[in-house]
Amino acid sequence: MTEKPTLVSEKGLRTDGRKANELRPLKLEVGILSNADGSAYIEQGKNKILAAVYGPREVHPRHLALPERALLRCRYHMAPFSVQERKSPAPSRREVELSKVIRQALEPAIFLDKFPRTSIDLFIEVLQADGGTRCAGVTIASLALADAGIPMRDLVASCAAGKADGQLILDLNDAEDKEGEADVPLALMPNSNAVALLQMDGLLTIGEFDQVMQLALDGCKRIYAQQKEALKAKYLAIKEEAEEAEEE
Amino acid sequence: MTSVMVSRLRQKQIAQLISSGKRLDGRGLTDYRPIQIETGIIERAEGSARVLLGKTEVMVGVKIEVGEPFADRPNEGVLTVNTELVPLASPTFEAGPPGEESMELARVVDRGVRESKAIDLEKLCIIQGKKAWVVFVDVYVLNHDGNLIDASALAALAALMNTKVFKHEVKDDEVVIKPGFIKLPIVNYPVEVTFADINGRLVVDPWLDEEEVMDARLTMAFDKDSRLCAMQKGGTGTLSPQQILEAASVAEKKAEELRKLVVKS
Repeated sequence: MTEKPTLVSEKGLRTDGRKANELRPLKLEVGILSNADGSAYIEQGKNKILAAVYGPREVHPRHLALPERALLRCRYHMAPFSVQERKSPAPSRREVELSKVIRQALEPAIFLDKFPRTSIDLFIEVLQADGGTRCAGVTIASLALADAGIPMRDLVASCAAGKADGQLILDLNDAEDKEGEADVPLALMPNSNAVALLQMDGLLTIGEFDQVMQLALDGCKRIYAQQKEALKAKYLAIKEEAEEAEEE
Repeated sequence: MTSVMVSRLRQKQIAQLISSGKRLDGRGLTDYRPIQIETGIIERAEGSARVLLGKTEVMVGVKIEVGEPFADRPNEGVLTVNTELVPLASPTFEAGPPGEESMELARVVDRGVRESKAIDLEKLCIIQGKKAWVVFVDVYVLNHDGNLIDASALAALAALMNTKVFKHEVKDDEVVIKPGFIKLPIVNYPVEVTFADINGRLVVDPWLDEEEVMDARLTMAFDKDSRLCAMQKGGTGTLSPQQILEAASVAEKKAEELRKLVVKS
């Protein structure tokens, strides 16, 4: 077996030069797919992920329709070229599980009862994966839902924290995710301080878990601020366009 | 999961009772239902166990075969966990390819065993990079009355502790099975503890009716040294950070109780 690489240096710096509680550079864009009712794109480290929302629309097949609320469906999917070794495009067990936890992280934020007998279909395509894709997926899925004009209680912001080389760290990259000691993906609705997604693998004492959770909660809040900026940016761009058109 | 319809009246009753610290079946909020564990019940399997958790019944069979190690783990045997929600176990289970619920169950059970390093997988390597023992853990749900995760994790651990591996020798890069067995090397004992959040209160080991009413579900797995080794939030509700930490301290104690039941059997 190959030797485990050093993940956190003696100076406390990580493989990509970050400090323990530092997020990766984050780029968020809203409203970038013309066919979708709502869409968003994220670059977080080397992650490149697209999310699109279609709906509320008629449910197919029709028998799945719910009389008292909208049906939320979610498909998290990785492109075959998104990882080192080609991934079969057929959905893996991991993708099926993640589709479920992502859907359940977003459901509490959406007023589904406003749209009975419809479906809201959410598609997340991972174009390039660099650790933390489910969290990045939740972050942009909630932006895409907002972009689609679907009424929501709050945006859902998501971020992982964990442990590598004995250090507690925020926003794990691919190497830290694979070679580290623990990974705790978390999603938060910051307005109500409500945790909507929580998973863990690896080994942590309860004390360490408490600290890791605080790190992740803090990361979510910072991402939340950027989410709001990204939403605003779309409308500022529209406003500028309109003003320019008026001047002409 | 919305499976068996629980009447609105009953839902209300369950939720109200829990708000006052009681449960419809008379249990305290952190009590498990009665647990029975039997092991070695399927002679054809290399390991097996059956767990009764109240009326929930889960059987686990372990089969051991020679296979190939993963390319990125050439020195280790292979663990795979699969679950079947058998149609005879519930009116809501259907035959056919595994659905979301069954895959989540398999992956949460797998995570507990894998992350705690319960099996010493390096001892299961036969020829580095070429041959290794593959441990197939098949979880068979026989009756669904709620909390399949904890019952399955218990049954999986009990079955693995009861599993034997064929004696063998290597001749010209071929594995030759010899008579006799050795015990599967088990070095950690992960157990999983599941809560349901009902009206903001957490209850341990939800039965089916409570699962129908719950807003969120939270599972925490602990290893033998009381370290967290897996976690999974389910359901469409949310939890506060406070609730999560409270759950962790309750789950740690509950995990200890559960582990004693298995390690004894």
